[in-house]
Amino acid sequence: METLGRAFADALGLLWGMDAALVETVVLTLQVTLVALVIALVLGIPIGAAVGLTRHLPGRWLIVPLIYTGMGLPPVTVGLFTYLVLSNQGPLGGLGWLFTPAGMIVAQTIIAFPLVVGLTMAAVQGVDPNLPVQMLSLGATRRQVATVTLLEARVGVTAAVVAAYGAIISEVGAVMLVGGNIEGETRVLTTAIVLETRKGNFALALALGIILLALAFLTNFAFHRLQVHQGVR
Amino acid sequence: MLSHHNAYQDTMRARIIPFVVIMLLAASCAGGNSDEARVLRLATTTSTNDSGLLDALLPAFEAEHNARVDVVAVGTGQAIALGEAGDTDVILVHARAREDAFVAEGHGTARSDVMYNDFIIVGPTVDPASVTGVSLASDALAAIATTEATFASRGDDSGTHSKERSLWGAAGMISDRDTDWYKSLGQGMGSTLNYANEVGAYTLTDRGTFLAQGESLTGLRVMVGGASIDENTDPMLLNPYGVLPVNPDKGGIDAELAEVFVEWLTSVTIQEQIEAFGVDSFGQSLFYPDSAAWRSR
Amino acid sequence: MTAAYALADFRHCYGDRCVVDIPTLEIRDGEILGLVGPSGAGKSTLLRLLNFLEAPTHGRITYAGEEIDGDASLATRRTITTVFQRPMLLRRSVAANVRIGRKLHGLDTNDNNTERWLEKLGLTDLADAPARTLSAGEAQRVALARALVVEPSVLLLDEPTGNLDPYNVGLLEDIVRSENAERRTTIVVVTHDVFQARRLADRTGLMVSGRMVELAETEAFFSDPQQPQTAAFVRGDLLI
Repeated sequence: METLGRAFADALGLLWGMDAALVETVVLTLQVTLVALVIALVLGIPIGAAVGLTRHLPGRWLIVPLIYTGMGLPPVTVGLFTYLVLSNQGPLGGLGWLFTPAGMIVAQTIIAFPLVVGLTMAAVQGVDPNLPVQMLSLGATRRQVATVTLLEARVGVTAAVVAAYGAIISEVGAVMLVGGNIEGETRVLTTAIVLETRKGNFALALALGIILLALAFLTNFAFHRLQVHQGVR
Repeated sequence: MLSHHNAYQDTMRARIIPFVVIMLLAASCAGGNSDEARVLRLATTTSTNDSGLLDALLPAFEAEHNARVDVVAVGTGQAIALGEAGDTDVILVHARAREDAFVAEGHGTARSDVMYNDFIIVGPTVDPASVTGVSLASDALAAIATTEATFASRGDDSGTHSKERSLWGAAGMISDRDTDWYKSLGQGMGSTLNYANEVGAYTLTDRGTFLAQGESLTGLRVMVGGASIDENTDPMLLNPYGVLPVNPDKGGIDAELAEVFVEWLTSVTIQEQIEAFGVDSFGQSLFYPDSAAWRSR
Repeated sequence: MTAAYALADFRHCYGDRCVVDIPTLEIRDGEILGLVGPSGAGKSTLLRLLNFLEAPTHGRITYAGEEIDGDASLATRRTITTVFQRPMLLRRSVAANVRIGRKLHGLDTNDNNTERWLEKLGLTDLADAPARTLSAGEAQRVALARALVVEPSVLLLDEPTGNLDPYNVGLLEDIVRSENAERRTTIVVVTHDVFQARRLADRTGLMVSGRMVELAETEAFFSDPQQPQTAAFVRGDLLI
C-alpha cells in the first residue's frame, strides 16, 4: 500500500514538474506509436477492405488464416525478426536503423498491420452484403463501393484503430530489442517501466505506468468522441 | 418419480465429480510439496543465473536439505529492493557499498563473502580510442572520453553499472548522459554486449557473460583485463559477491533455511565446485571462491 | 418509337442451367414494362443484367442504340438505377441517403434536388432522422428518392412494394407513374402482384423458368391471354 500511494504521488510530481527526461520519453512514445499507427492504417485499411470485399479472392483459404495468425504475433518475436533484419549482418543493415526510433517504428508497424487488416476485414464483412450491389446500381465505382462500405463499417474500423494503438503503445518486447532503451534516444514509457522495475524503483515504475495509462486513456477518449460524432449525420 | 430422481442425482454427480477432482489436484499441487520440501526464495543478479552457476550448484542443496530454491534473477537494485520489502529470504548480489548499507539499515542480518569474478572492458576490434592492453580501467575510460568513442553503459543501477560509475570517478569524470557518445541503455549485460557488438561501442562487462556470449560477439575483443582473471592488472575490476539473509523481523522469512543456505554456499566443498565451474566450457573459471572458510582452509 | 433495350439470343447460364433465356426482346423508350411470374423465373437476374451489374453469358444487348459487349461504361451504367425489394440504407440521415446518388455521380449536392425529392415522397419531416429507424414504407420511399435524384433514363424496380401497406403502395405507384409521364423515364417493374402490373404497366410479360412465355399490351395480356400459362396466371392459378 505504501508503494502504491507513493506511486500516485510520484506520478503527479513528475507530471507537475514536467521532468525533462519524462517529457522526452513521452514525446518519443507518442511519436513512435503514432507514426507506426498511421503507416499501419494507410496500408492496412485498404488491404483489409479489399480482402473483406473481394468474394472470390484467389488464395483466400491461405490469406485469411495468415492474417489471423498475424494478429496474434508475439511482439518479442517481431522484435527479434526486425532486429535480425536491421542488424549489421542482416539484409537491411545498411540502413543503420537498429537502435533508432525508425527501427522501432518498423517493428511496431509489423505488429499493428495484421491487427488493422484483420479487424478492418471483419468490420467490412459485417456490413450488409446487399450494400455493394445497391451502391453499384446507383452508379458507384468499385472504389466508391469500398469507401461507402468502410464508412458503414466505421464503428468496426475505429475498433481496429483503437486495438492497434493499444497494442503498440503498451508493447515492450519489440521496442526493447530493436530500440535498445537508450536514454534520450530510444527510451519509451514501457521500456522505462521495465528499467525502473529492475532498479527496484517500484514507485517510479508504477508512476510511469500511470502516465502510460493516462496517455492511452486520453487518446482513446479522443477516438471515442470522434466515433460518437460520426454516429449520425 | 424414482427414475426421475435418480437421473437428477446422476446429473449432479456428473457435474460435481470433475469439479472435486480439479479442486483436489489444485490442493495437492499447492499444498502437497510444502509438506515435504521447504521453499527458499533467493533473489540474485542475472550474472549468476545466466552463467549457469546456480543451475549447477543448487540441485545438490535441494537434495541435501529437502528444500526447493526459487530463484528470482533480477538487477542488483531490484534484488536489494525485494530484500527490503521482505519478498525474499536471502539475496546474492555484487555491489559492496549497497550490501553494507543493506545490513547497516537493518534489512539484512549479516554479509558473507562468497566469491568474486572480474570485470573487463571490451571494445570494437578497430579500437578507435587505442586502449588495447591499457592496465588500468580508469585510464582506458579517460582515453575513450577524450576520443569520444561510443561507450555503452548498462544504465540500470546494476552491480556492473555501480562499478562503471566508480571507475569513471577514478578517472576523474562523471558519466554524463548529455554527451552523444555515451549511451545509457538501461538493459541487461547480454543486451548491452549485443548493442556494443552491433554499433562498435566499448563497454564494461563481467568476464563470465562475455565468455558465455563470446561466439556471437564477433566484433568485440577484450581491451582491459587480459585473457583471464590472472592477467587482470586492475584491482578495481575485481567483483566480489556477497550473500545476505534478510532480516526475519520483516515476517514470512524462513531465516533458518536462509542461514543453512549461507553456511552451505560458503562451505569448502561448494567453494571447490564454484572454482571448477566453467573450466570445461571456457578453459577458465568464471568465479573464484573467496569465502572465509575457503581462505582459512 | 425507339428502343431503350434490344436483346437478341440473350442467355445467362450457370453451366447447363440458364436462368435467363430470351431469344428476342425489345423494351421501348419511355414505356412501363411489367414483368410477372413465379419466384425463380429469372426476373431479378434479368434486372441485374439490364442494369449492367453483370454481363450475360451469351447473346447481344443493345442499349440506347449502342451494342454493349461485356461490361458497360460507367457513364452508361449511371443512366440506369434499380430499386430493390429490401432497400439497404446507410447508417446516416434520411437526407444523406437521398444525397448519396448525386454524390456518387460527382454531381452538385448543394442544389435543391434532394429537398425536392424528400418533399415529393413526404419525407421532409424525416430529413434529419437516422435512416435505420424508418418503417419499411418510409425506407422504400427513401430508396426511390435516392434512385430518382440522379435523374436516370431507366428505372428498374425489383418487387418495390413487396412488403408495403396499401397507403405506401399507392404513393410509390403515383411517383413511378408521374416520373414516367414527366420525364419519359423507361421503367421495368418486376412484381408478384398481377394487379400492380395491370395498374402501372403499358405492356406486361410473363416469365417462367427464364423464358418469356408471353409479352403483350397490358390490356390484351389480361383480357385475352394467348398462352394457357398466362391465362392460368391471370386467373390466379399457381404456376410451377
